[in-house]
Amino acid sequence: MPIHPEHELHARRRSRNLGLGLVLGAFAALIFGLSIVKISHLREGKLPAAEARP
Amino acid sequence: MSELSAIDHSGHAGGEAGFGDYVQLLKPRVMSLVVFTAMVGLIVAPVPVHPFVAFTAILFIALGGGASGALNMWYDADIDRVMRRTASRPIPAGRVAEGDALALGVALSVLSCVMLGLAANWFAAGFLAFTIFFYAVVYTIWLKRSTPQNIVIGGAAGAFPPMIGWAVATGGVSMESLLMFALIFMWTPPHFWALALFMKDDYSKAGVPMLTVTHGRAATRRHILVYTVLLAPFAVALALSSVGGPVVLAAAIVLNALFIRGAWRLARRGEAAAEADRYRTEKAFFRFSLAYLFLHFGALLVERSLTAFGLGGW
Repeated sequence: MPIHPEHELHARRRSRNLGLGLVLGAFAALIFGLSIVKISHLREGKLPAAEARP
Repeated sequence: MSELSAIDHSGHAGGEAGFGDYVQLLKPRVMSLVVFTAMVGLIVAPVPVHPFVAFTAILFIALGGGASGALNMWYDADIDRVMRRTASRPIPAGRVAEGDALALGVALSVLSCVMLGLAANWFAAGFLAFTIFFYAVVYTIWLKRSTPQNIVIGGAAGAFPPMIGWAVATGGVSMESLLMFALIFMWTPPHFWALALFMKDDYSKAGVPMLTVTHGRAATRRHILVYTVLLAPFAVALALSSVGGPVVLAAAIVLNALFIRGAWRLARRGEAAAEADRYRTEKAFFRFSLAYLFLHFGALLVERSLTAFGLGGW
């Protein structure tokens, strides 16, 4: 079996690392966005959705 | 293990899964149903939700559904290897290790429930946790291999998402969310039994006690008809509830009439006729069952949109 400089194994590993990186980036952005929404609602003296219920 | 030892003689890199393999573990097609029904449950609820909170909540409900899918694939890897329909899934195909699927399922289950609690409320988060438990433990581990009622009771797991969506907005349960649950719960058996009719050898080879295996195919056809008839009153009741209206009622009448007609045709068919046309009617009924659910929940969405313009609703 010839050994190529880049085997399919490396391509799969790259796709996994790239995908995970993008997911983590999106997760960080999501947390940031959620924090902004929650904090701005708190400032306005109201809570989003069902949290306002006792 | 060195990199080269991970490569077998065919050049296949065993154990080195690509990102897509992990996505496949989450059963994206099932997730699309979870996303859609949860979104409808959230939107038709009487309490408005901030769009970003709604987006985040739906995302983590979908992720929770995906996590339960990964746990299902981990536990069912042995029977997935036997069934033609599932043999190419990441674990039986050797692309993902069983332990990795379990770790991913558990990690995403915890993450999705905690994040839903933080984003929306802890009632919805607890409901999501119960749904994951129900699908992974009650259905996959307990019922699937032990009773032909597996699909009937296990179908509850797939019916919970609109209730979770409703709980995100309202923080509770109501008659409307229970009717959305009932619609999917009663729809699930005919949907899966139609699949079992034309995937005829898969379940018996795997030793899964589907109704087709334990009670025969003629009995399965009769069961499909009975459940389809019992489904109709729930669909009409949902249309007459506060989330319904003329659009939902019209959709319910047309869709259920067509669904019952399809089930009647299945019940009247024998195996010889089905084999002669390669299960064309069964496959058509299965495809229509998918459209049935999407159109029904789509009608709820249309009705809700119309109320914003002073139209729709009762």
